[in-house]
Amino acid sequence: MEIMIDLLLNIGSGILLILGGFFCVSGGVGLLRFPDFYTRMHAAGVTDTLGAGLILVGLMLQSTHLIVLLKLILVLLFALLTGPAASHALAKAAMHGNLKPLLYRDKSTR
Amino acid sequence: MLIGVAAAILIVMMLALIRAFIGPTLYDRILAVNMFGTKTVLLIAVLGFLTARPDFLDIALAYALINFISIIGVLRFFEYNRPNFTDGNHD
Repeated sequence: MEIMIDLLLNIGSGILLILGGFFCVSGGVGLLRFPDFYTRMHAAGVTDTLGAGLILVGLMLQSTHLIVLLKLILVLLFALLTGPAASHALAKAAMHGNLKPLLYRDKSTR
Repeated sequence: MLIGVAAAILIVMMLALIRAFIGPTLYDRILAVNMFGTKTVLLIAVLGFLTARPDFLDIALAYALINFISIIGVLRFFEYNRPNFTDGNHD
């Protein structure tokens, strides 16, 4: 029975880690390919919290000691709290620094 | 498995650095540095599990806090006395 649980935990953490890595890489690619600052910030911010969340939960499944699990929960909590706050401050500073969002782009300039 | 995730995170850090170098506006660079910082937190946590040393998570926790404070500090500095931008998309 123990082996079954360990097997399931390992498979679960593996799947979560792979998904988290994929979302982090998609965020990085989005950071490079998007045309405007605000779209890049959307790409970075969204996949940042999601990728970090998946990777940290994947690590949680592998943790053996309780204290490691608690620390991982704290890291996940701070990541989920500070991510949106930093993105909001960045967007406000950008708007305050009169950086205009790219509202439309006709086909010619693509 | 963990090595794969660590490699993926390193790739994302490289992408963030590329955006930090070519980023036209100042805020792109701050965004890239912010993403680099959060990925460092993840990398430290994954490496802590890779080398079976649970005390790395304290470092990751401290780094997450410091990264957030530094982003807010940089934004607070640039929000009020802005350098005069020379690139296109500022009126």
